[in-house]
Amino acid sequence: MGDGALVEMTPSAIRADLEDGTQAAAKRSKLPPLGEDELAHLHDIFCSNARFSAVDIGDEVVLSFDGSGNADVGSRVEEMTVYQNHHGADLTELWNIDYSYKAIKTILSYESNLMKSCQLNLVAPCQYGAMPDLGRYSQPDGPVPNWSELMPLGKIAEARAAQEEAAEHATRDMLFVTDAMAEAGADGMDFDTAGAAGDGDFLATLRAVEEIRRRYPDMSIEVGMASEFVLGMHGELEYDGKRLAGMWPHDQAKVVAAAGATIFGPAVNVNTRRSVAWNVARAITIVKKCCDESTIPVHMNVGMGVGGVPMTPYPPIDAVSRVSRSLVDLTRMDGL
Amino acid sequence: MGVGDPVGMANAHALASGLGGMRAAGDLVARMQMTRGMRLEQAKQYVAGKLGVNAIDLSDPLVMHDVRAELGLGRIPVQELTYPDQPGALEAKFHIAEVLDIPVNSVERFSERVGWGAQRPRTSRVAH
Repeated sequence: MGDGALVEMTPSAIRADLEDGTQAAAKRSKLPPLGEDELAHLHDIFCSNARFSAVDIGDEVVLSFDGSGNADVGSRVEEMTVYQNHHGADLTELWNIDYSYKAIKTILSYESNLMKSCQLNLVAPCQYGAMPDLGRYSQPDGPVPNWSELMPLGKIAEARAAQEEAAEHATRDMLFVTDAMAEAGADGMDFDTAGAAGDGDFLATLRAVEEIRRRYPDMSIEVGMASEFVLGMHGELEYDGKRLAGMWPHDQAKVVAAAGATIFGPAVNVNTRRSVAWNVARAITIVKKCCDESTIPVHMNVGMGVGGVPMTPYPPIDAVSRVSRSLVDLTRMDGL
Repeated sequence: MGVGDPVGMANAHALASGLGGMRAAGDLVARMQMTRGMRLEQAKQYVAGKLGVNAIDLSDPLVMHDVRAELGLGRIPVQELTYPDQPGALEAKFHIAEVLDIPVNSVERFSERVGWGAQRPRTSRVAH
């Protein structure tokens, strides 16, 4: 199940969930549902009693381990080495437990020195990651009036102005951190859960990406999303002439690529009360067009509670491996 | 990808669909996606071409162990297969940058600061 619980299902019940999942996604996103061959392949994967499932030899993809480590093994540099040497990470990510660029700015000297140590100890690429986290710029935590308090009062123009101002602060902080990480030798930057606070959050990220690409032409930039479509907290913000509110992954990928990113990470939320089969069929339906059309690599977010992976701290490997294989087999995405 | 419980998340994904990182050529394919924005098949073909192997070899730890040793691309230390003359991390990245013909930021920063390809930073406060 989407909450990680083990359930016994008949083949016909699994088939019904796959069909319902893809139809639910198609109805919501206006994208085509999965075809008969695709549903049959998923049915085979989910009807197997095997404890583990995997892609065919030769079909392996790149795994970018966003947020490598759990702060449970010695130093964070050691954790990166553990992920490189023991977990087969193709790409590691240095991060801080306060996973927000606004917070990182205040401890940047420590973080950039750690990045230097990582670069001296790792062969696998190592990027730095955190959230754009626009909400942190609103009062009482930040300098800008709180748009979530202004909107219920009917002060829509003021709420919009507050988000625009917050976006400028967020972009500036992302650039400030990036400059230091670039000097410390980072292979790339990850802007994780972009759009978590809505379209203003996403716009701040896109503007940061655009400037980073101008300053560092060869730097890797990964933009991972917070959810399947961009919330219209502002509603009128645009990038490259396209309205950000309500964007689905295939359009998100286009603006992310236009801004200059090199890796796009779509996110589809999990319904914990539905089966993993239902959630996977739904997730694939939503991201398939994005994988088909994207001009840059697509690395699906498949952490706990996204992309079909159960929402639990200890995801069962039978579920995770089926999600992993299903996404790669059906979408031919570039990584996870 | 997103990580958490190392066995449930990192290991499960790595075994189900991963290229294997440094134990094969996953880190090298990743670098082409990161630096050049290449999509997966293009990145695999590019790396295979530069290494002189077939794309299917890129996830084969036996083939890649020998290739990485020959080209000095760094290998995961494994008790009986760790040699004192194999390159350290930064040395391996110099080789990776050369073999893949891409800039690696830590290599560029190192070269710049020791004065390779640029004016050597001043190491004395005494004017000569």
